[in-house]
Amino acid sequence: MPDTTEGFAAPVPPAPAPVAVSVSEPAPELAQTLDPAGRLELPVAGEWKRVSPRYVVVEIVGTVIFGLVLCAGATALWLLAEVSWAPIVLALIVVVTLVVVLFEPRRVRSIGYQLRQDDLLFRRGIMFQRFVSVPYGRMQLIDVTRGPVARWLGLADLKFVTAAASSGVLVPGLAFDDAEALRDRLIELAESRRAGL
Amino acid sequence: MTTLADGEWHRLHPASPLLRGGLFIVAILGFIISNLRERLIDFFFHVPTYGDDPIDELFRRGAVGWALLGVVVILVVILVAFYLSWRMHTFRVSGEVVEVRSGLVFRSNRRARLDRIQGVNIVRPFIPRLFGAAKLEVSVAGQDANVHLAYLGSAAADALRRDILHLASGARAAAALPSDAAPDAAAEGEDWVEHAGTRAAGSALGPSLGSAIGTAAGGIAGGIGGFATDRAHEFFAPELDPDAAPPESVVRIPPGRLIGSVIFSGFTVFVLIAIAVLIWSVSAGGSGWLLIAIFPGLIGSLSFYVNRFTKSLRYSIAGTPDGVRVGFGLLSVSNETLPPGRIHAVRVSQPLIWRPFGWWQVRINTAGHSTNKGAAGEAHTTTLPVGTLADVARVLELILPGFDSDSGSENGREKLLVDHGVRSPGGDDGYTNAPRRAAWLRPFSWRRTGFTVAADTVLLRRGFVSRELTLVPLARLQSIAIEQGPIQRMLRLAKLRVHTVAGPVVATLPVIDVREGERLFERLSAGAISSARADTSHHWADPGHPLNRAMPDRPAQTLAPAAEAAL
Repeated sequence: MPDTTEGFAAPVPPAPAPVAVSVSEPAPELAQTLDPAGRLELPVAGEWKRVSPRYVVVEIVGTVIFGLVLCAGATALWLLAEVSWAPIVLALIVVVTLVVVLFEPRRVRSIGYQLRQDDLLFRRGIMFQRFVSVPYGRMQLIDVTRGPVARWLGLADLKFVTAAASSGVLVPGLAFDDAEALRDRLIELAESRRAGL
Repeated sequence: MTTLADGEWHRLHPASPLLRGGLFIVAILGFIISNLRERLIDFFFHVPTYGDDPIDELFRRGAVGWALLGVVVILVVILVAFYLSWRMHTFRVSGEVVEVRSGLVFRSNRRARLDRIQGVNIVRPFIPRLFGAAKLEVSVAGQDANVHLAYLGSAAADALRRDILHLASGARAAAALPSDAAPDAAAEGEDWVEHAGTRAAGSALGPSLGSAIGTAAGGIAGGIGGFATDRAHEFFAPELDPDAAPPESVVRIPPGRLIGSVIFSGFTVFVLIAIAVLIWSVSAGGSGWLLIAIFPGLIGSLSFYVNRFTKSLRYSIAGTPDGVRVGFGLLSVSNETLPPGRIHAVRVSQPLIWRPFGWWQVRINTAGHSTNKGAAGEAHTTTLPVGTLADVARVLELILPGFDSDSGSENGREKLLVDHGVRSPGGDDGYTNAPRRAAWLRPFSWRRTGFTVAADTVLLRRGFVSRELTLVPLARLQSIAIEQGPIQRMLRLAKLRVHTVAGPVVATLPVIDVREGERLFERLSAGAISSARADTSHHWADPGHPLNRAMPDRPAQTLAPAAEAAL
């Protein structure tokens, strides 16, 4: 694998706030500790394929509905049970929901996948990053599912299932035709690299 | 090759329905006997009975004839049901599949592909074992996907397992497997298969009688006495057939150590805490409700100890030509054969309480799950309940070919790595360890948290208080993930997870330098692909694919060049 970092131009996150650092750590260590170079970044050559920008809508709808349900609960506490601290909770829920919605486009942009020679590489997350590599030969089945909002937007989710329950690679927000094409391509790749359990 | 594995349909042991429904019958008998207690006492000791019971009532009404007729009808119905259920329950073993058909009203048909077999398990519960019957279970991957053959003749079950594994191994060219036990087993198998017709009438009369008829057909000389002697021989025979495995590959657990491991367990700590609480509450003049709540549980814990002990007695692990054989049990006996390449992850661990004794435990992940409980009532995932480091080395050699025990050979490095993996406090010992700054997240274990790759296997070392080493063969690895949260990012660390099939072993490296982690991720994903490509363990003895490096009589296989290059 060539040692070139390209393709995914991840915006450098704001420098992390200084935290208490061990006194036993030497000074250069300290400088490095606060260096953004600590970011996880795989040196992969290929281009990261992105999910559809429309997927942001699906995420936002989900977040807003969840926020509304929580708000309803807090409001019920406030008005029916007359709990005095309920308005604070309500305000907190609204603020958190707004912040999550604001970051939603950024989170969706962080989802990416690559079809490499022998495996599928998947990434997601900004704060909590996660990279998964699944060899094609390990795929047991591929699921294509569509939720109501996603169907309205013409999107589908694609899920790769291996014998390990924890693999859990779910590529959301693919245009429906793309999802079907990707599924067929992956099945073809898996067939040609069939392996046992 | 016995007649049972010839691809034709065969029936199970004639007494199968009785043994399967045995508990029910015993319960009914117990109910009747307990109700007729006074009558029996009267009958044997001539102590007159007092009071009315249903039998007196029957006499008085003159309905004895009807009652007897009812009993006869019930008996006939049971016999016919048993006969039909036996008659409809057939199985066959061909070159590709094991197939079972059963059911009278609801027919069911289940097939397992031989190259997907994850293990073959033979269980002899106490009562069927008395009658010389055994249950064979072929595990394949998936929930509740196993094929059960309950019951077979004891020797026939052993022979059938040998045949299934032999067919599955792909070694059809070398069909003439030298085996001492096979002819006898074949003879017994043929015996009850061929005489199925003659025995059909007596099929539900109980196994001893059924077998007695069979024996009588062969020659009256033996009779029931011969049957009893056979059963006694079987019952007192060593759990592991001495011919089945080379003795140097057998690992046993001495009873003393077994008792120790059961006593020095987390459960004992729990019991001691419960006792302490009890004493404290009584001495502090508590109301006594705590006594009522805890004391029965304490008595129950005694049976837990006894149970664990008897179930783990006669534990043995041995290498056979068709995989690792794990057997155990004093009264109910069970043994499972895991073909090569069916073990997805291995963990060697040591609870703190065992450290003074130098005991270790080995657990594994497999794709197939036997429905029967393993030793000590745990699942079949505990390969070595308790053992010394030498035992661990031998077990690893059996379950992960390539981790040989003799340090002089080319595999000496692996042996050393395992030793360092379990005992070393950390440092420069062949492992790539977490950097010092990982102490923020793992204040005690960061020195020991590390990884290495050897013999197509990734070794993950972790834990300071309770030490553990996880080994995952790259050919079995399902996927790999690397993760990083905000705190880890500040410390330039990452977390690596190796995904395997579900089981007690979870292979993770909680902290590692982020650059090392990225390199390991790439290395493992490339290694997993090349190892999977070179892996032929679904037909482990296929001519032209020498595998099974564990067997002493087979040449040690060198690493696949592609895999080595990738690593």
